Amino acid sequence: MGDAAFDAARWRPPPLIKNPRLRWALGLGAALYLAIAIGALDVNWLRVYEGLDRGLAFFLAFTEPDFSQRWNDIRAGLIESLVMTVTSTVIGIAISVPIGLGAARNIAPLPIYLLCRGIVAVSRSFQEVIIAIFFVAIFGFGPLAGVLTLSFATIGFLSKLLAEDIEDIDRGQAEAVRATGARWLQLMNYGIQPQVMPRLIGLSLYRLDINFRESAVVGLVGAGGIGATLNTAFDRYEFDTAAAILMTIIAIVMAAEYLSGLIRARVQ
Amino acid sequence: MPLIERNGAKIWQRRERGKQLAIWFAWLCGTALFVYCWQVVSQATTWFFVWDAPRIAADIGGRMVPPRWSYIAKIWEPLWDTINIATLGTLLAIVMAVPVAFLAARNTTPSRTLVRPIALLVIVSSRSINSLIWALLLVSIIGPGVLAGTIAIGLRSIGFVAKLLYEAIEEIDPAQVEAITATGARSGQVMAYGIVPQILPAFAGISVFRWDINIRESTVLGLVGAGGIGLQLQASLNVLAWPQVTLILIAILSAVVLSEWVSARVRHAII
Repeated sequence: MGDAAFDAARWRPPPLIKNPRLRWALGLGAALYLAIAIGALDVNWLRVYEGLDRGLAFFLAFTEPDFSQRWNDIRAGLIESLVMTVTSTVIGIAISVPIGLGAARNIAPLPIYLLCRGIVAVSRSFQEVIIAIFFVAIFGFGPLAGVLTLSFATIGFLSKLLAEDIEDIDRGQAEAVRATGARWLQLMNYGIQPQVMPRLIGLSLYRLDINFRESAVVGLVGAGGIGATLNTAFDRYEFDTAAAILMTIIAIVMAAEYLSGLIRARVQ
Repeated sequence: MPLIERNGAKIWQRRERGKQLAIWFAWLCGTALFVYCWQVVSQATTWFFVWDAPRIAADIGGRMVPPRWSYIAKIWEPLWDTINIATLGTLLAIVMAVPVAFLAARNTTPSRTLVRPIALLVIVSSRSINSLIWALLLVSIIGPGVLAGTIAIGLRSIGFVAKLLYEAIEEIDPAQVEAITATGARSGQVMAYGIVPQILPAFAGISVFRWDINIRESTVLGLVGAGGIGLQLQASLNVLAWPQVTLILIAILSAVVLSEWVSARVRHAII
């Protein structure tokens, strides 16, 4: 006991991974991986060095962004992005709600549950840009391809979270409504909807925000929005215009986050 | 609870009349906005192509099967690059996000009026801009390649990691911090023994979660020239080699599913 008390004087915090062998193996593995991965980076340092000037130019551009020169392009792109955001969020919600109901195990029969979960999984697996490439190939260039892409991506996000929320509801309320002899639609309307509505509104607002950010990206592959303008600005090294566009995007996202915070605080 | 008397009978309603009207008005505005937006989209659309879409979709679908399995020899290396971009990018983000998170959390920030808003601005800027746009920017600055992709993923992830981490820091139990302070610990020691142990599980969870998202995001960075399997995807799309596209999509899908599984296992082990 005496030795133990002596050792206890040099107390150390317990390690995160208790098994010392596993700890060492993980540490060594991580170090080895890092060495290999950084070795495989294959950087053209000369090119990086040459680029530093351009990097500096870009950062300086943020101090004097050029909104005026390409203002017409920026405005058209922004309006298209915003329009796509609204349209795709509305369509996405309209499709997500039934799929979300179907993907909740406590109210949907097994075949519908599996089908809806499958749709959610497919929608979540691929990046918006990949889906946008296909939709552009199928529906042609323009905002419609972007709207469809964002709607499709919304389904995976909203249905999944809505379904999880429905699975977590208080069963007592739904049972009470059912006990009054309510039909299925009435059960949804009075037993389930009031319980999930605040969260659904919050998630929809959050998705609106995400859709705006993503609408800047789908434009890179020709699906409309501000992305095309941004891409052109970068290609021409017009960093002041690019800085203006990026600052506008950031400002809109900040405003949207602030507004959705206000609305969510009121709803919940 | 609003009741309406009609012919002597009391009828229950969910909302009062004023509130009901307000909700109807909100719906009206929302619908009008949607219809207007849809018309803008519709005007910019070539509907001829849209009516033709099912045929095109069937055509592309027909060309995509069967996948060209022999191409797999050429995508192992880009796939490895993709995983490296995601992993190194996540590490880079963590290194930068941890200080930002401590500066942004209300209970650890050195100055609420000056430093905290700057840290929050860093978080919002990083989160507002998609990794593809970061990649586009970095490709034009430091040239195409894996490095641009790694830095893009890193810059994009700062906001995510820092936001979740600073929320975790704000939720810590202050009693533990107080207890450590009461022993006469210096601020570094309070950090190491009072705060860090409390946020370590959340931190590990956030990092693995972000790594999982980054695997997903780094698969497309190649579309703008920032390395990884997206380069192969772009090349195959450019020459309309649909069977190769299918194989690449299968590879991306497997990588995503695998990373999701790893991330779920690790988070399960931690929490």
